[in-house]
Amino acid sequence: MSQAEAITDTGEIESVSGPVVTATDLDAQMNDVVYVGDEGLMGEVIEIEGDITTIQVYEETSGIGPGEPVENTGEPLTVDLGPGMLDSIYDGVQRPLDVLEDEMGAFLDRGVDAPGIDLEKEWEFEPAVEEGDEVEAGDVVGSVDETVSIEHKVLVPPNSEGGEVVSVESGSFTVEETVVELDTGEEIQMHQEWPVRRQRPTVEKQTPTEPLVSGQRILDGLFPLAKGGTAAIPGPFGSGKTVTQQSLAKFADADIVVYIGCGERGNEMTEVIEDFPELPDPQTGNPLMARTCLIANTSNMPVAARESCIYTGITIGEYYRDMGYDVALMADSTSRWAEAMREISSRLEEMPGEEGYPAYLAARLSQFYERAGYFENQNGSEGSISVIGAVSPPGGDFSEPVTQNTLRIVKTFWALDSDLAERRHFPAINWDESYSLYKDQLDPYFEENVVDDWSEQRQWAVDILDEEAELEEIVQLVGKDALPEDQQLTLEVARYIREAWLQQNALHDVDRYCPPEKTYAILSGIKSFHDEAFEALDAGVPVDEITAIDAAPRLNRLGTTPDDEYEEEVEEIEQQISEQLRELY
Amino acid sequence: MKEYQTITEVSGPLVYVETDEPIGYDEIVEIETPDGEVKRGQVLESSQGFVAIQVFEGTEGIGQDASVRFLGETLKMPVTEDLLGRVLDGSGNPIDGGPDIVPDERLDIVGEAINPHAREYPEEFIQTGVSAIDGMNTLVRGQKLPIFSGSGLPHSDLALQIARQASVPEEEEAEGEDSEFAVVFGAMGITAEEANEFMEDFERTGALERSVVFMNLADDPAVERTVTPRMALTTAEYLAFEKDYHVLVILTDMTNYCEALREIGAAREEVPGRRGYPGYMYTDLAQLYERAGRIEGREGSVTQIPILTMPGDDDTHPIPDLTGYITEGQIMMNRDLNSQGVTPPVNVLPSLSRLMDDGIGEGLTRDDHGDVSDQLYAAYAEGEELRDLVNIVGREALSERDNRYLDFADRFEEEFVDQGFRTSRSIDETLDLGWELLSMFPKAELNRVDEDLIEEYYVEDAASEEEAAAAD
Ligand SMILES: Nc1ncnc2c1ncn2[C@@H]1O[C@H](COP(=O)(O)OP(=O)(O)OP(=O)(O)O)[C@@H](O)[C@H]1O
Ligand SMILES: [Mg+2]
Repeated sequence: MSQAEAITDTGEIESVSGPVVTATDLDAQMNDVVYVGDEGLMGEVIEIEGDITTIQVYEETSGIGPGEPVENTGEPLTVDLGPGMLDSIYDGVQRPLDVLEDEMGAFLDRGVDAPGIDLEKEWEFEPAVEEGDEVEAGDVVGSVDETVSIEHKVLVPPNSEGGEVVSVESGSFTVEETVVELDTGEEIQMHQEWPVRRQRPTVEKQTPTEPLVSGQRILDGLFPLAKGGTAAIPGPFGSGKTVTQQSLAKFADADIVVYIGCGERGNEMTEVIEDFPELPDPQTGNPLMARTCLIANTSNMPVAARESCIYTGITIGEYYRDMGYDVALMADSTSRWAEAMREISSRLEEMPGEEGYPAYLAARLSQFYERAGYFENQNGSEGSISVIGAVSPPGGDFSEPVTQNTLRIVKTFWALDSDLAERRHFPAINWDESYSLYKDQLDPYFEENVVDDWSEQRQWAVDILDEEAELEEIVQLVGKDALPEDQQLTLEVARYIREAWLQQNALHDVDRYCPPEKTYAILSGIKSFHDEAFEALDAGVPVDEITAIDAAPRLNRLGTTPDDEYEEEVEEIEQQISEQLRELY
Repeated sequence: MKEYQTITEVSGPLVYVETDEPIGYDEIVEIETPDGEVKRGQVLESSQGFVAIQVFEGTEGIGQDASVRFLGETLKMPVTEDLLGRVLDGSGNPIDGGPDIVPDERLDIVGEAINPHAREYPEEFIQTGVSAIDGMNTLVRGQKLPIFSGSGLPHSDLALQIARQASVPEEEEAEGEDSEFAVVFGAMGITAEEANEFMEDFERTGALERSVVFMNLADDPAVERTVTPRMALTTAEYLAFEKDYHVLVILTDMTNYCEALREIGAAREEVPGRRGYPGYMYTDLAQLYERAGRIEGREGSVTQIPILTMPGDDDTHPIPDLTGYITEGQIMMNRDLNSQGVTPPVNVLPSLSRLMDDGIGEGLTRDDHGDVSDQLYAAYAEGEELRDLVNIVGREALSERDNRYLDFADRFEEEFVDQGFRTSRSIDETLDLGWELLSMFPKAELNRVDEDLIEEYYVEDAASEEEAAAAD
């Protein structure tokens, strides 16, 4: 949010109740940004009724009282778009937290505004057009090296009429200086603004066919997400939503990552700020931070800014999509966002819907997820935004409104499970309940780029896990030893699938990222154990002897075997398994 | 200062007053009853000509003849290093008969959020001497780690044990006393008996000298409970971030705090959230719990151990649920373990410390810590699960492997967890004990432990020792 807005009208505070303030005598429109009180706290108009304007305030309102002024900027809540957003951390209304720290110290005071991008910094602008070129909205007129990883494309604003280039600059400029001028008199700078609640235009949404490769075995292997797809991760506290989101932010093969900490812990954001500059992006080897934009509106920061942080994040994402990049956006947690809506709605004394959430909850959720997709952009390039939303259901009960409304929209569902988490089976994604509706449309990609029997092998694993689930019910009644030998063996194979393949330690330097080839290879190793073991069983070897061979447990260590060694290791294990089993008959 | 005698309504803890000047939101109010008693309150809603006030000390005696004064400022806590050693009531007034407090500063009790960019990630191991915590759910400086308990369970004993034993090992050797924590203790609605238990322990161990105690007891006004933790945390932040102390904040019982929130919400006729608690309880609790941590460039730290009793031992109840969603893990007390006499009765399975991973390992605790705790978890979980089955089919129907897990689960509870409230174990002792138990299993079974670590720490003759013991 930049600060230069002119004041269009001034009114007076009528009442204050937490983050909700009403004003009288204010000429305003819905969603106008206003400055509230003597300290000029930033707020947004959310209701107009007769002479009374209701405002949600993005900062603490303690001590603010009736009679103080309210100034209207006459502009909706916007974000500043331009080079400098990557490697940044913002609050929910795009104020850079490092700038705020410089200005007010370690604690967040109020009444300080700061532009989302550095207006003074000079960037090396490299033009992509010449005088006489015709350009239209969305076209690339030049670029700057924003970070070591990302070339920032300077675009004709989406709502421009276009025209012929009459002058173009090259060299060092600030984001406010004009770099291209059109015959219509329009001046193009590297800085744009865009209202956060409005989707940036595109040509069309396409069917996604490429996976967002996550480096997580259970996700890539069983429940893949598409580039441009949507996913929800619901789960009770402590089940692994944040760890999963962070793993995706670190390892997913996106060009740009927008990570929104929405109403969650301060330390979690600090962890990202400390880790990401150190960790390499698996694709480029550059620091992860060079492709990342962080938005942190932690649980103790003002609740209205929590409501807006989701929009701030997705608008930034859309801007990079317009440049033709694949963007992955994580929102942790969408439940806190929904609760912010609920809190404000109840202060407005709106008619509550289910569990006190406003009646428009479902609509807001779907508007948000609708902004995800694989798009043809205005400039003809293709770009995507994948959206992954964490959901924090009260009591871990998925029947509540936020989970249910989210499930109706998203196409990938990663259900976290407290039982698995308690057993320290991580990621605690329940393979029975989770699903991906992209699976079939992504198979061709995996089969072409990884291995041709990708989907067959996945089906094999799914079948074994299904069989295990059925057998477990019997085991609960009679114990494992009462089962026929072949079924006991199936259980053993299923155990390897769970322990060696599904489990993945996000905290282990090697295991935390597993390329799809390795995902496939580990499962192959387990499958050859399965095949050999059943041959041995058929040949009359007792199941206890089969399961006692010491080569098989080595499968459990494949996850932590480095990328350049696992192939050899799988081969060796397969060979040993085969030898050891054949010795038994 | 203007006095108003314009109270229009008194309802539960709320008082509504007509005013003819603007009153700031959250401002402090004094209400004087005709018999001279002065009560304090806070502006909950301020409109042109009209305010709603929440009274801390109960509204008995307040009528239309009471006079109301608006103090023109929000609630402040007078802070000074001299607070150490003092006992205050739930609103911060001394009740120990000591001298008046001469404040160094008066700080707003609402507190401002720490800028996430200014935080330093907590990763210094705190040795509590309790194996179930140090070994399995390690606490670090600047963490918020609540104890989830049930009524009648010995959570106070555990909290006291932690307050007594907590230290940061390395510094202990280097500088002696410096590694001790200052303790800020905030009691909300606890019984006089419980309060005495704490006070006696503080006095007996000399901990009182480095403590600040805030006492709101069961028969003190409920609404005051919404202020007590804020007073305590403001004091803690002052000691930590301005006076370089490492502060351990114990808040008990958060359940009473939440009940007070519910009461105020009901009086205001707000749309209630789950089970009648206010819809904003998550945000409200976060504004307390997030006041823990470390700040870049400052010496001190605030570590929080809030205690709550889960109504009906139900961890999906909104109080533990919302707490768990905010804090960095939880220590779960368990009724069954308690009746088996395990002290502290900590069930490690649903317990969690999310900041553990960065606080342990080589150079911090010991290289094998992470793997040992993973393996202990996995093995105990498996043993626990088998217990259900054993009730149905009996031990004989289970394989040798399964029986070993059952034995392990028993020994884990009896030897690892059940250490008593008076024993303090070093982290080495805790981890060595872990190895002793893990060595009941053949090496191949220890798939969560690095092979090199197995070679280094595995206790070769443990299995045979155990067999010998069983044969006796
Ligand atoms: N893949 C994983 N590998 C190793 N540990 C994990 C993994 N996933 C989760 N964990 C463990 O679980 C703990 C809790 O995970 P996390 O913080 O992601 O939970 P959450 O679902 O985000 O909870 P909340 O809703 O309270 O924020 C982590 O601190 C970590 O110890
Ligand atoms: Mg989380």
